[in-house]
Amino acid sequence: MHSLLQKFGRLLVIWLPLGWLGIFFMLPLVEMVNVSLSEARRAVPPYNPAFQIGKDGISFQPVVDNYLLIYEYWEDYLWPAVNSVRLAFFSTLYCLLFAYPMAWWIARSNKSLQHILLVLILMPFWTSSLLRMYALIGLLNPNGVINDFLIWAGITVTPIQMMQTDFSIYSGMILTYLPLMILPLYASLVRLDNSVLEAAADLGAKNWDIFRTIILPLSMPGVIAGCLLVFIPAVGEFVIPALLGGPEQLMLGKVIWTEFFRNRDWPVAAAIAIILIAIIILPIVYARYQDKESIS
Amino acid sequence: MRSTVPLLVKLLATAGFGILYIPVMMMMIYSFNRGKLVSVWAGFSTKWYKELWYDDVLLTALYKSLLIGFSSATISTIFGLLIAIAFLRFSNFRGRLFLSLFASAPLVMPEAVTGLSMLLLFIAMEASFGWPSGRAVDTIMIAHATFGMCCAAVVIQTRLRDIDKSLEEAAKDLGGRQPFVFLSIILPLILPSIIAAWLLSFTLSFDDLVIASFVSGPGSSTLPIVIFSKIRLGVSPEINAIATLMILTISALVMIGSFLVLRRDGKK
Amino acid sequence: MTPFIRIQNISKKFGKLLAVDDVSFNLERGELFSLLGPSGCGKTTLLRMLAGFEKPSEGYIEIDGQNMANVDPADRPVNIMFQSYALFPHMSVSNNIAYGLKRASLPSDEIKARVEELLRLVHLSGMGARKPSTLSGGQRQRVALARALARRPKLLLLDEPLAALDKKLRSETQFELVNIQEQLGTTFIVVTHDQEEAMTLSTRIGVMDNGKLVQTATPNEIYEKPETRFVADFVGDISFLEATVIERTGKYWLMEAATPIYAIGSSTLTSGMKVSLAIRPEKITLTSQSTGHLNEFPVEIEDWAFYGAGTQYKVIGPDGIKLKVYQSHNQPSHANPRHLETGFVHFSPDATIILEG
Ligand SMILES: Nc1ncnc2c1ncn2[C@@H]1O[C@H](COP(=O)(O)OP(=O)(O)OP(=O)(O)O)[C@@H](O)[C@H]1O
Ligand SMILES: [Mg+2]
Repeated sequence: MHSLLQKFGRLLVIWLPLGWLGIFFMLPLVEMVNVSLSEARRAVPPYNPAFQIGKDGISFQPVVDNYLLIYEYWEDYLWPAVNSVRLAFFSTLYCLLFAYPMAWWIARSNKSLQHILLVLILMPFWTSSLLRMYALIGLLNPNGVINDFLIWAGITVTPIQMMQTDFSIYSGMILTYLPLMILPLYASLVRLDNSVLEAAADLGAKNWDIFRTIILPLSMPGVIAGCLLVFIPAVGEFVIPALLGGPEQLMLGKVIWTEFFRNRDWPVAAAIAIILIAIIILPIVYARYQDKESIS
Repeated sequence: MRSTVPLLVKLLATAGFGILYIPVMMMMIYSFNRGKLVSVWAGFSTKWYKELWYDDVLLTALYKSLLIGFSSATISTIFGLLIAIAFLRFSNFRGRLFLSLFASAPLVMPEAVTGLSMLLLFIAMEASFGWPSGRAVDTIMIAHATFGMCCAAVVIQTRLRDIDKSLEEAAKDLGGRQPFVFLSIILPLILPSIIAAWLLSFTLSFDDLVIASFVSGPGSSTLPIVIFSKIRLGVSPEINAIATLMILTISALVMIGSFLVLRRDGKK
Repeated sequence: MTPFIRIQNISKKFGKLLAVDDVSFNLERGELFSLLGPSGCGKTTLLRMLAGFEKPSEGYIEIDGQNMANVDPADRPVNIMFQSYALFPHMSVSNNIAYGLKRASLPSDEIKARVEELLRLVHLSGMGARKPSTLSGGQRQRVALARALARRPKLLLLDEPLAALDKKLRSETQFELVNIQEQLGTTFIVVTHDQEEAMTLSTRIGVMDNGKLVQTATPNEIYEKPETRFVADFVGDISFLEATVIERTGKYWLMEAATPIYAIGSSTLTSGMKVSLAIRPEKITLTSQSTGHLNEFPVEIEDWAFYGAGTQYKVIGPDGIKLKVYQSHNQPSHANPRHLETGFVHFSPDATIILEG
């Protein structure tokens, strides 16, 4: 009796979350594939499901029209895909550029300062990205704080266009994702043994040499983890291109939004979402492969 | 040797901290600006904060966001705890692979994709058996709980892994039954991480714009949705004031959370 | 002639703590110098100042006529072998050893030849491609040694090079280290807190206590003529007797330490002075019967311990004075005193060490 109860509890612990996630996470993805293979129509809902259970039994009539449409109007759909990868890639690089020195500095500080700095790094991460992007607009606007300052200081006469450029996107991405890059870097740098660095200096290595030959290779796992943590969400970012980007900075997240809410073309929105998932899976598979490599 | 951090590193690191904090600081300062023009300082005033109090749309949205945040964070924490227990206490079970896939995939899924796919499911479900009828607070709550439980699971799992399994075995030896053992011994030990997980889920829900935009219906706008539509109209001191309040609130919660986690780490 | 290495009035303060306190000594080319002292006495700090990782608060260091004050660790003709070995975990053994040579921009075939030669020197030929994590402790230690030797430093610093090895491997490696040092003629400073190790390895030993260098001498002198009670106690076993000087009688001094004792001492002693008399266990002979020697008195045997080649006794003399006595088993002793409860001890006045104050 007692063990039966235990068995039941065990089943509950496993199947409750599994069921929830199956219904509310996996099933939606399946449905999204279904919609992406459906024919668009002017009705409610605006598509004719490819997979149907109706009065006359189960039917499955997939169409690839939506994918063909994406291919045909590649300038509208695939170009933003390339753009997403480009902007996410350089954002990742810029994050790395700032995060590495920060992580290095934190890792070299004494314990109590480390704690304070880590909290300082984490805090902005939990505050809404939307609000921080809004704050950034206040700085970058033509009549924003930076331009006001530049004009006051006599550096320029007319405001510099900073909004709706790659610059504004990168600023937004750094502001949003810097903490995600710092944490894994910090974790790998703080493990670095000081005597190994001293050994390198002792053997004739100058600062740059020590960095290139010792610190960088030993922190490589942190670099890879950080880059993935930034690149993956950056590719699918919506708020940043929506608020800070112009037509030149179109990204897939925003295209999905526009297709869905503005054009009401749900099947195409679903098809683009599938493409976005494919773009994200690539670096994850790469990372898995790297992991296996390093184990063997 | 330990203290020699090159100057360039210090400069870049300082710049990094600057990027993280300067925009928000400036925004907070300007939320106390008397003038309507955003970047012209016209004296100190708290009038924008007072005005918030009379903005009904905003207050309704705040109420909805809090409601969704509380309920979804609670569901997230309970389910996250279940996931963590399933992984660390039951070594082999059917569906382990699925659970690990299901519990980690939402973490890497773009919000727009998650939001879109959930909305499509809700619509299909409504068409098939009438639930959920329309989209409102409950659909947003479900969507947030789904995402939140995966994050909560990660937080609790990290802590649960640290607890010596022998501790639990010792307690069982003394005749404790499994559920009782769990409640009396393990739960107090992982309580800080449970609180941290709840705070995390709450923050994620409270801050979310994209998923909520997809799965919300007319009349169920959350605070971020209202703010987003206001921002589209341009920078205004009123948004500065809301944003300042929200950021300060969340920061306070994060401080409490990190304090709990750090104190726990410090004890070890 | 100026000495090869000159260390002059070096001090190091960490905040209020005086980790190294006014240390001076000189080294000749090719010496193997051991720094010996208890934990925390400042040995590592002294080495780190020589390597250039710490700046001395006071004093200066000169190597081969060159003042080291403003020379970077990278540019010093000094290499250090760390206590933890500090091997580069992501590099193969060969690349670890070649690291310093590459920094010096040597041609690659020369680097290759040097690495091969070093691998042979430390008996690791054929292991060049392995990663440090796949090596045993002893092998790692030898990689670290080879790496530190690669740049042919004028001075090699070794911080407890053998601490991580087990006892057997340790004594083998000690001889190896001396061999290599003699082959290459490099000047070594070896830090250790193991006095036996210091005795076996070195041409000279410096004993440190609380940041101060208390005595610098050959192993033999350190053992036979320690200058302070600390050195006498730290290096080898010893017994102390508190004594009062009575008078000079010919070659020796007559002292009173519960029983009259004749001891050898300098002419600075005066009647009535309080001194410590120290004597090594193996200098004392234990017999069952009185033999009529000088410095003989009866004792009770309190305890004994078997040491393979000999036996160590703890005995109690008149007035409760305690002595340690070591009897080698191949000594022709009249009787095996091991089963005794009482007996007599005697020692030559020449074997005594007088420590003033
Ligand atoms: N960087 C530092 N900051 C502050 N104090 C230090 C520092 N390095 C060493 N000390 C202190 O200086 C004293 C000497 O330390 P050192 O490491 O030289 O001792 P040691 O003789 O090498 O000891 P051991 O045999 O245990 O290695 C110790 O009290 C130590 O705590
Ligand atoms: Mg030391």
